[in-house]
Amino acid sequence: MLHLGLFLIFGLVCVAGAVNLLVQRHPINSALSLVVVMGALAAEYLLLGAEFVAAVQVIVYAGAIMVLFVFVIMLLNAGEEERTRGSHVALLIGVPGLLLGVITMTWVLLKRSGTLEVSIGSLPGPPKVLGWLLFHDFLLPFEVTSILVLIAIMGAVVLASRPETPQPAPRGRAQ
Amino acid sequence: MSVGLFILVAVIKILITLFVLLTAVAYTVWLERKVVGHIQNRWGPTRVGPFGLLQPAADGIKFLFKEDITPPHVYKPLYIAAPMIAVVFALTSIAVIPIGNFIWIGNAHIPLQITDVNIGLLVVLGITSLGVYGVALSGWSSNNKYSLLGGLRASAQMISYEIALGLSLVGVLILAGSFSLRDIVDAQSGHFWGFIPKWNIFYGGQFIAFFVYLMAAYAETNRIPFDLPEAESELTAGYHTEYSAMKFAMFFMAEYANMITVACLATLLFLGGWHGPLFGPYILQCLLPVFWFVAKIFVFLFIYIWVRGTLPRFRYDQLMAFGWKFLLPVAIANLVITALIVALKS
Repeated sequence: MLHLGLFLIFGLVCVAGAVNLLVQRHPINSALSLVVVMGALAAEYLLLGAEFVAAVQVIVYAGAIMVLFVFVIMLLNAGEEERTRGSHVALLIGVPGLLLGVITMTWVLLKRSGTLEVSIGSLPGPPKVLGWLLFHDFLLPFEVTSILVLIAIMGAVVLASRPETPQPAPRGRAQ
Repeated sequence: MSVGLFILVAVIKILITLFVLLTAVAYTVWLERKVVGHIQNRWGPTRVGPFGLLQPAADGIKFLFKEDITPPHVYKPLYIAAPMIAVVFALTSIAVIPIGNFIWIGNAHIPLQITDVNIGLLVVLGITSLGVYGVALSGWSSNNKYSLLGGLRASAQMISYEIALGLSLVGVLILAGSFSLRDIVDAQSGHFWGFIPKWNIFYGGQFIAFFVYLMAAYAETNRIPFDLPEAESELTAGYHTEYSAMKFAMFFMAEYANMITVACLATLLFLGGWHGPLFGPYILQCLLPVFWFVAKIFVFLFIYIWVRGTLPRFRYDQLMAFGWKFLLPVAIANLVITALIVALKS
């Protein structure tokens, strides 16, 4: 009972943070709302029994990635954004699309509720189980994913680095 | 144990821990002023009370009664929230830190720890990684170029050194096979070769990891020689330039509370926690582990202050090169070697 109450409370916090992320006009407020979403998600994982995933969610997403977001916003000194009137395309296609998605998801979940149910505290939580899954059962997908991420990082470095043009050596300084 | 008794014990433990932690924070400031004073051939605080021992109380009263100035161009919600974020996350992580073994009162079995979670180490790392928001947001919301530079430096530095810090701890985790801080300490009990304690710093070859941790921890807490976020000679006071009175004091408290957390973690992971020689009657045997734990923290804090009194500040490029090109490879090498040894032994 307590678990279910907490689960609903954190779910509400999560959704409220996500809505606030869209409503806020200043990028830094939006980024902080996303931190709240991450934190609430971590609490949900914890309630489902996945304690390791919850801790990693906080350390990696809230503690590192979102700090980089805030860092970039601070570095670019991004100001408040203007509120536009909204586009007709978004209204005509987006809203029906969203409704369709929600209806499909609800239908699938209701239809297969017997098999898909995840009760509180039932996910594989201990780090040992998770490690076994990652480094034994799913070793190949795991390694392939890490190489993909590595390629993406190298690509970003190549794209971001300036083209090498011969520059005149600055005066008065030894190379 | 009934629910009522459980809650009562928990509340008592929380109150005692908070009181001890806040007092320790105040007296770490006193210790620092005293030790750095003696290093620099001065006396440090001497006027308020014997040996200046009441100086923290005087400072506290002064902070409470000083004028709290809010500069006109700040972004107010975050300007007010930032010091609170810093101090809350700094004080929270003490909740999972065990300060000693169990004690028996009547037939109630009470662990000397607010709560024992089986991912204790990750909880501490998670909470401390959130602490950077206090520094970063204060720098941004102050609307001051020095503050902004300080905030930027702090976030870049803390993320860079968190990686080396985390990797230096993995060796210890491999040896103990658990994330629970209590299990990690229990794995370090006993002796080898008859007299040397089985602490990780001696036994598991985690000597190198300890030094990587030490340096990364100095950087994480923004202390000299890594205090670039508040480098006085270039940034006035860095991220807390625009803060005054109790808001400034909150940043100060957060910094010293973080120092104590880092010292607790070092003691638990590398220095054998509360293990030490036990003797005497039952009461003494209950209290001695806590004494050893506190003594080890004191030594760690003393080294912290000693380093502050001795070393000059890094240049920014040196700081980044040191973190990424020296500490990180050393931490990875230590991790690989430890894993190899453990795998070959089993």
